[in-house]
Amino acid sequence: MSWFRKRQDTAESSAGAVVRRKVALVGNPNVGKSVLFNALTGAYVTVSNYPGTSVEVSRGSAQLGDETFEICDTPGMYSLLPITEEERVAREILLTEAPDLVIHVLDARNLERMLAMTLQLMEADLPVILVVNIMDEAERMGLTIDIPLLRQRLGIPVIAAATARNRGVAEIREAILTYDGRRHVPFGYGRRMEQNIAAVAGELRGSYRLSVKALALLLLQRDEEVEALVRTTEGEGASRIESLVKEKTFERRESFHLELSMERKEIVHGLLEGVITLPDKRRETFASRLSRLTVRPLTGVPILLVVLYFGLYQFVGKFGAGTLVDLIEKQLFEAWLNPWIIDLAGRVIPWEVIRELFVGEYGIITLGFRYAVGIILPIVATFFIFFSLLEDSGYFPRLALLVDRLFKKIGLTGRAVIPIVLGFGCDTMATMVTRTLETVRERIIATLLLALAIPCSAQLGVILALLSKTPGALLVWSVCLLLIFVVIGFLAARVLPGETPLFYMELPPMRLPQFRNVLTKTYTRMQWYFMEILPLFILASVLLWLGKITHFFEKLIGWMTPVMASIGLPKETAVAFIFGFFRRDYGAAGLYDLQTKGLMSPRQLTVAAVTLTLFVPCIAQFLIMKKERGTSVAVGIGVFVSLLAYGSGWLLNEFLLATGLLA
Amino acid sequence: MKLSEKAEEILEALWIAVEEKGRAYLEIDSVGIAGDDPAYAELTEVAFIEVKNGCVYFRPEGRTEGRQTIRRHRLAERLMMDVLNIRGEDGDRKACQFEHLLNEGVDTKVCTMLNHPTTCPHGKHIPRGDCCIEAERLGDMGVVPLTELKSNQEGEIAYIQTEDSKKMQKLMAMGVLPGNRILLMQTFPSYIFRVGFSEFAIDTQMAREIFVRR
Repeated sequence: MSWFRKRQDTAESSAGAVVRRKVALVGNPNVGKSVLFNALTGAYVTVSNYPGTSVEVSRGSAQLGDETFEICDTPGMYSLLPITEEERVAREILLTEAPDLVIHVLDARNLERMLAMTLQLMEADLPVILVVNIMDEAERMGLTIDIPLLRQRLGIPVIAAATARNRGVAEIREAILTYDGRRHVPFGYGRRMEQNIAAVAGELRGSYRLSVKALALLLLQRDEEVEALVRTTEGEGASRIESLVKEKTFERRESFHLELSMERKEIVHGLLEGVITLPDKRRETFASRLSRLTVRPLTGVPILLVVLYFGLYQFVGKFGAGTLVDLIEKQLFEAWLNPWIIDLAGRVIPWEVIRELFVGEYGIITLGFRYAVGIILPIVATFFIFFSLLEDSGYFPRLALLVDRLFKKIGLTGRAVIPIVLGFGCDTMATMVTRTLETVRERIIATLLLALAIPCSAQLGVILALLSKTPGALLVWSVCLLLIFVVIGFLAARVLPGETPLFYMELPPMRLPQFRNVLTKTYTRMQWYFMEILPLFILASVLLWLGKITHFFEKLIGWMTPVMASIGLPKETAVAFIFGFFRRDYGAAGLYDLQTKGLMSPRQLTVAAVTLTLFVPCIAQFLIMKKERGTSVAVGIGVFVSLLAYGSGWLLNEFLLATGLLA
Repeated sequence: MKLSEKAEEILEALWIAVEEKGRAYLEIDSVGIAGDDPAYAELTEVAFIEVKNGCVYFRPEGRTEGRQTIRRHRLAERLMMDVLNIRGEDGDRKACQFEHLLNEGVDTKVCTMLNHPTTCPHGKHIPRGDCCIEAERLGDMGVVPLTELKSNQEGEIAYIQTEDSKKMQKLMAMGVLPGNRILLMQTFPSYIFRVGFSEFAIDTQMAREIFVRR
């Protein structure tokens, strides 16, 4: 916990140009920190109209004048006292990295609510610049803010901006360059609060990065991290401080948090007296009317269905997995690139074995590259465009509140709708996003359901293409998956100890997504995805090639044949399942090849599709599961999912045989 | 004038017999307080009751006083259960002792704090006091959970009652602070409300923890 301590005086930073000055962007979720980050650095981080999407900390550098600054974008935080994991991450940056400048970005429309955090930052003696962002939307609502007066009241630089429209960015750059040391107008709490703070602060002898006043307040709010820090820093004095804090907090046990918040609210109220002019009447905009339609069940559910039909079925399914795959896979690869490459390899590479590696049955180019670029890429690209559009419009929080009641039944809250929907794009990415969920229990349930019953877009595309030719197969497949999703979720919610947390979420105003934003966002996601999967596909090709030339592969298929046979599948499907070990969609694409060759009956196809969809997630997802949930949970989920997949396949096969469905 | 505890109990028993059971009088034998107890004389002296042939009758002033007494008794029961969380026989016994303290305006305060309840924990009617009538006249719903508001009703946040202090901090950080105006926009499938220029969605359980004054 050494990072709380006061940083060494950065003498070397002023002497040499080696150490860059560091600027941290902080603020509530969804106030435009990431947009500002992009504007300052020119780099691109994912920006969305959804609270809590910056899970990772983005860093970049900005060239301002002659100096290069390091800019760091933090996850959204509501207060200096962290409650969620994201807030903890954000605060840690403020403290470990001791930024030379903290830019607090807030939403002009909610100045009164968000200014309380500016007070906390100032109180901690951090060097703060305040950016009052989203001024354009505030003005449209008829809100006016007297920025010079606010600047005078606070004593720190205050800049009005609308970073999405590039307004105020030049002033922010200027303010970063010309910032000259921390100073702010002092403000105080009521007498009793100040006495309590002074009593605790007076006992703090060590040197800290935050002001003792801020630390004392955090102690009084029983911040465990700060308690631990004080314990290690103060040594012998720690127990005295601890008992003093206990005494004070016991005295005010009834309502310390509330009173502190109320006092801050009073201070903010005083600061904003005459600064804000509110409109006499709320203006009803198209966005707010649309927003209302999306959250009422009577209109919201039809809207959801329309969005899913056009977005997922028409755009991703028909256009992405149909038209685009046909174009790239059939036209580009099969008809043109593959013959050319095979021909070229035949002339350039004299050794049969090496030729096999590149252009053989499992060749890096003819299989790995073709799958990745020809089948997976168009599907994932269209999905990410669809997802980014929804994300930027602010639709997801509305969807979350719409499904909250249903999700509670499977041990999740509406919040989990984001990872689950994202899972239809890429389960690996979605598993990473589950960390925005509040409790460990919820994260485990979401991780399990993602690993089990949510097919990713690539897989979904291939499966749709695979099954759509067989009437009824798609229906059986969908019913099976939905059933397993609900039943396993329901059981998990009952088996796992703990309670489903409460649901609360801020609803950002709905906005028209900006085309450029959506495209760049899709592009960065695609880039991430492609970097993630291409090496895996190539690795899979190489391993399959190795397996083939060493004849290990044949043995493996031999071993798996009885297992396959027990769920009524021909031995060729073993290949697809071995593919599926690398990526589920890769396996599904293998099935696609089998089906084209006419090797499977509709029943076999359906059983194979269900089993494979449920099966072990791709290696990348497993690795992320391990990273996010720990080895034991990841292995546990992996084993459970495998057994369940096999069991469901067996059951489904028996059921289909007995009923004669899909015969 | 302050009646003795026994006198108050006689009044209560008489009030129940007359007002709720529709009888004309109460037989002394069924009161549980012996006929020669000075409490009867005390009540006769202030002209609250009349005792004839081993039966107790109301006089007009006594009827009003009886009503107030029974009201205090049932308010005390509510207080035991709702606020102090003492239930069952224990609650009844404590309520019997407590009711005698609820005079000189204390009953009004308790009644307002409990938001003018209409029934006691046993489901019996609590006679209305002046404060209840006044509250109704003003249309004052008092402090109610957010769940009691209808869509598009507005109120002022009175307090947040939650056992989870983290959750309370989160709510407060989001701007859900006592004194702020709150507009309930929708109640199903989730509660949606607006504070300032921000909108929030919460579930029913959380909505029960936000108390609003209309």
